[in-house]
Amino acid sequence: MTAVLHIHNLEIEAPQTDRRPLRIVKDVSLKIQKGEVVALIGESGSGKTTIALSALAYCKPGLRFSGGEVLLNGRNLLRMAAQEIRGIRGRRVAYLAQSAAATFNPALTIGEQVTESAVIHGVLSPAEAEKRAEELFYALELPDPERLGRRYPHQVSGGQLQRLMAAMALCAKPDLMILDEPTTALDVTTQIEVLKAFKKVIREEGAAAVYVTHDLAVVAQIADQVTVLYNGEVQEHGPVAQIIDNPAHEYTRRLMEAARPSSMTGKSKGLHANPDPDPVIEVKNVSAAYGHGLVGPGKPKNKVLHHVSLKVQRAHVVGVVGESGCGKSTLVNVIAGLLPAVSGDILLDGQRLAPFLKQRCLSELRRVQIVFQMADTALNPRQRIKQILGRPLTFYLGLHGVQKQNRIAALLDMVELPRAFSDRFPPELSGGQKQRINLARALAADPDVLLCDEVISSLDAIVGANVIQLLKALRRKTGVSFVFISHDLSTVADFSDEIVVLYAGHVVEQGPVHRVLSPPFHPYTRLLVSSIPELRVGWLDKILQNQDMTSGIGLTVETTAQGCAFFRRCPLAVDGTCSRGEVPIQTYPDGHLIACHHSL
Amino acid sequence: MKQTIEAKTVGDSNPDAPAGKRIKLSWVGKLGLFIVIFWMVIALIGPYIAPYHEAELIADDSYLPASSQFLIGSDYLGRDILSRILWGTRTTIGISLAATLLAYFTGITLGIAAAARGGWTDMGLSRVNDVFLALPNIMLALIVIAAFGSSIPILIATAGLVYSCGVFRVARALAQEISVESYVTAAKARGEGSWWIITREILPNIMMPLATDFGFRLVFIILFISSLSFLGLGVQPPTADWGSMVRENMQGLSYGSWAAVWPAIAIATLTISLNLVVDDISAQSGGELAKKMI
Amino acid sequence: MGSMIARRIAIGLLTLWVVSVVVFIGTEILPGDVAQIILGQSATPENLAALRAELRLDEPAFVRYFDWLGGMLVGDLGVSKAGGATIASLIQNRLSNTLMMAGIVTLISVPLSVLIGLLAAMHPGTRLDRIVSFGTLSVISVPEFFVATFLVLILAVQLKWLPSIAYLSGTENAWDLIRALALPVFTLAIVISGQMIRMTRASLLNVLATPYIEMAILKGVPRKRIVLRHALRNAIGPIINVIVLNLAYLVSGVVIVETIFAYPGLAKLMIDGVQTRDLALVQACAMIFCTTYVALILLADIAALLFNPRLRHPS
Repeated sequence: MTAVLHIHNLEIEAPQTDRRPLRIVKDVSLKIQKGEVVALIGESGSGKTTIALSALAYCKPGLRFSGGEVLLNGRNLLRMAAQEIRGIRGRRVAYLAQSAAATFNPALTIGEQVTESAVIHGVLSPAEAEKRAEELFYALELPDPERLGRRYPHQVSGGQLQRLMAAMALCAKPDLMILDEPTTALDVTTQIEVLKAFKKVIREEGAAAVYVTHDLAVVAQIADQVTVLYNGEVQEHGPVAQIIDNPAHEYTRRLMEAARPSSMTGKSKGLHANPDPDPVIEVKNVSAAYGHGLVGPGKPKNKVLHHVSLKVQRAHVVGVVGESGCGKSTLVNVIAGLLPAVSGDILLDGQRLAPFLKQRCLSELRRVQIVFQMADTALNPRQRIKQILGRPLTFYLGLHGVQKQNRIAALLDMVELPRAFSDRFPPELSGGQKQRINLARALAADPDVLLCDEVISSLDAIVGANVIQLLKALRRKTGVSFVFISHDLSTVADFSDEIVVLYAGHVVEQGPVHRVLSPPFHPYTRLLVSSIPELRVGWLDKILQNQDMTSGIGLTVETTAQGCAFFRRCPLAVDGTCSRGEVPIQTYPDGHLIACHHSL
Repeated sequence: MKQTIEAKTVGDSNPDAPAGKRIKLSWVGKLGLFIVIFWMVIALIGPYIAPYHEAELIADDSYLPASSQFLIGSDYLGRDILSRILWGTRTTIGISLAATLLAYFTGITLGIAAAARGGWTDMGLSRVNDVFLALPNIMLALIVIAAFGSSIPILIATAGLVYSCGVFRVARALAQEISVESYVTAAKARGEGSWWIITREILPNIMMPLATDFGFRLVFIILFISSLSFLGLGVQPPTADWGSMVRENMQGLSYGSWAAVWPAIAIATLTISLNLVVDDISAQSGGELAKKMI
Repeated sequence: MGSMIARRIAIGLLTLWVVSVVVFIGTEILPGDVAQIILGQSATPENLAALRAELRLDEPAFVRYFDWLGGMLVGDLGVSKAGGATIASLIQNRLSNTLMMAGIVTLISVPLSVLIGLLAAMHPGTRLDRIVSFGTLSVISVPEFFVATFLVLILAVQLKWLPSIAYLSGTENAWDLIRALALPVFTLAIVISGQMIRMTRASLLNVLATPYIEMAILKGVPRKRIVLRHALRNAIGPIINVIVLNLAYLVSGVVIVETIFAYPGLAKLMIDGVQTRDLALVQACAMIFCTTYVALILLADIAALLFNPRLRHPS
């Protein structure tokens, strides 16, 4: 049986203006049989997307093919004429990009874009294509399949757009599908639904697929074969079970470790033995909103946080977890004073902090520091590292001259970066290195609390795992407290002592890690816990059999005016009880709280 | 706020990439730069190398052809064209440069202030700016010059203020883009004052696009001043100025004299070269993706 | 959507009102005693007093302002001091000339420019594209009088095909009319095409760098369809903007071309008014120009709103 795709010794390079070309893809070979799903795993920069795009005879601008063959059904794509290549794209090989929002043209209807390939390449007539599109919408469980085609991309949610991309790719009945990190940008709960849809549709159509990703747990659910890539070269290749359970190559092993954080078992951290009764930060009943008319009796436009309370003890880590839009970043902004709370107080060591940043005194500002998410934009590209680190030293601590230089060197040591970096500019650093500088800058002020807002979300798995190790070491050394925000429950669980689970701006559960992550669960916490793709083959199928799940696809996070905010998505919801009245808080030992109408 | 992980393009996270801030010009850009520098030099030394003084009446006859006495001919009054062009370089470039600097100073200050303060300051300044943008440039200049005369300081002030409106918009837009970056928020969270944020965080990051805008603006202002001179409202005789020279010698065209053409060519070479340089710098990737269309 | 349009219109009206104030103040601050300037040196004190009374110069400024504004709104633009003709009639004549010129130039330039810009963007980096780029760059870099002078030199003086003055006596047949107007039309067409071609090309290339265009390429969509169906409707905003700006220029900014070719248009009228201190005329002309500009910008804004699918079909 001829392979659908057979890549031989592929070489791709990036020509440089004043140097020899840079080799991006080095001698890569790959084979995909009909109906097979092959995963290409690697971190960013590994070349996985570049290799996947070669199946379309396409190179991103700035790159060119410099060797090898790409055989599609036996014919070498790299030697084909331009018009023939154009005929293959979208017809025999279809591409699903990572970002659905960037894939769709905002000025054309969904229907036109989904059916375009099929019609242009003459596979179907316009009427037939429309019908097939409708069938695909139905198979992908998209709402309102008959009228969906007439809508525009901005009228549809992110998860729906992702599945529409699949419809667009499948409409022309291709032999091979290239899925390029299609679920990376999605929430964990949405991811499940989308994966389920993809898996079903791939099976039904009998297409072959290349699945590009850096997320191993996802690979375990969907792939038959796995190829591991690093720096443009193949490290290892084999059936999925073997790669996951018995990796041969060193790099693969490190990837597995980074993907499997240790403490989902919720081991106690042992710091509860003697809790310091005075919290360094206390958030008391804070509500916050965006929009005009914030203060006063008039209703604020967009209430984002509702009566959130939490305490951060000295040298403790409080993790805040929830989906995007749940208000966790808003919480950080309120604590830091960037957004004033509508009601409630923030206490620093028992003293009330002014709601506005501008009203706080210097020492109050110094003691609470933020570490931002996007390391790329959190550092001024025009300032050298020593200026970036030096400014808080001068501003808060009044250090100058030799004292300042020494402190800068000490900070670089603390974040495990070479001292020579102090003369560099941020664009010269990698993502992980920039994030370490971010941390160093926050630590320069000698704070009591660090507010970490999704600090590893934009980093690769291995790099991110290293940063978490660094955070743990820093915590031991300096005794700083952390408020650690993330959408990734496993990382939060790994690093935190306590967890606060937010849904739509409400606290639904909070308490010590081992309590929150073991039953009884708030229904939303259970949803989060079970949504994390486990590094186990067959986990997805098992989850889908379990009827407990309702994800949020197609539903926006609506805050009900009264009653429980989770009402619309809760499997235990009872109309009449849950949709009315204030949600009672149930207390459990060790400061564990669950907000639910049911007694769990 | 949605949390998305941006699709990374190839060759993205390269820890060994050099800072690469040097600008590379193609041969076209280099040619343009050469011509611009040439004229800048002439602006400085023109009067010293010209064969005659700009107002010197040499011959009794007008529109004399090129000869050993007049290297490219004489104008309608019998003055040497070459000398007047050399003298005029200083006037034309000097006034234009001064006006551009004025436009920039005003525009950048107000633009960044509007972007950084926001609220009523921004609203007010933007509306006033829009009103002035609505008035045609030449008309504004006409009115002002008719009222106050056309001395050189008036010309500089008029051109400067008229074009500061465009600079205001650009500076404001750039500053707004920068002020939503995380490092500006980090500075605010630190407790930094507005002055620090504007000068140390925002300004260094908008210098580059502003520099290319400066080039464009300078071209517009050179054309503007020349046009005013052409209408008789700019530099007054006998001071040599390229635009005025074109106006004075227009009649000569019908006699076949190129007296009006030479100063026009001088203007054209300068402005085209400036635009070539600016274009070269700002157009780094012209349609890289578009070239992949089949 | 409707409220957004209404808001734009309101801002436009507000801008116009502020403009009227600025114009009024601007002309009022011209130094010198107005009556003296109008009547010249030989005026007797009685004449001056009479003129002052007639022009109501003794009344406070803002009374005169509202009077003037009121007159404007009903079409009474006052009387020109040159010959006493009503300004309205003077303007009417010139305005129709200017509009005729603007119309002809627009009809020729706009389709041609968009077409050339499109072609250049469809084949970036080719010889055609480079020629177009350099050509338009040169055109926008030089003053209008350069283009005019150049054309006059070649076509009127050297080749003697066309007259160098656009003399309109009102009695020409079609062919004479074309010959008379050819040079100014040609000049203006070249001048504004330069800008429009560049903006069309730049706007399209900008859109052709977006991820959704890359997706179209990866779907095997052919070049022509990508540009005409996928890219154009997203690129149209800035293109309309620059077309509108050039239309405004054709009405109010063509003073140089009108001067060179002695074309009896509106801009020339205003210059003459400034030089003779005919205040009422200057004020009226300035208001017409500004109104045209503001109205055109408003149209462009509204067009952009209507073209934006996000606003037409809200989620």
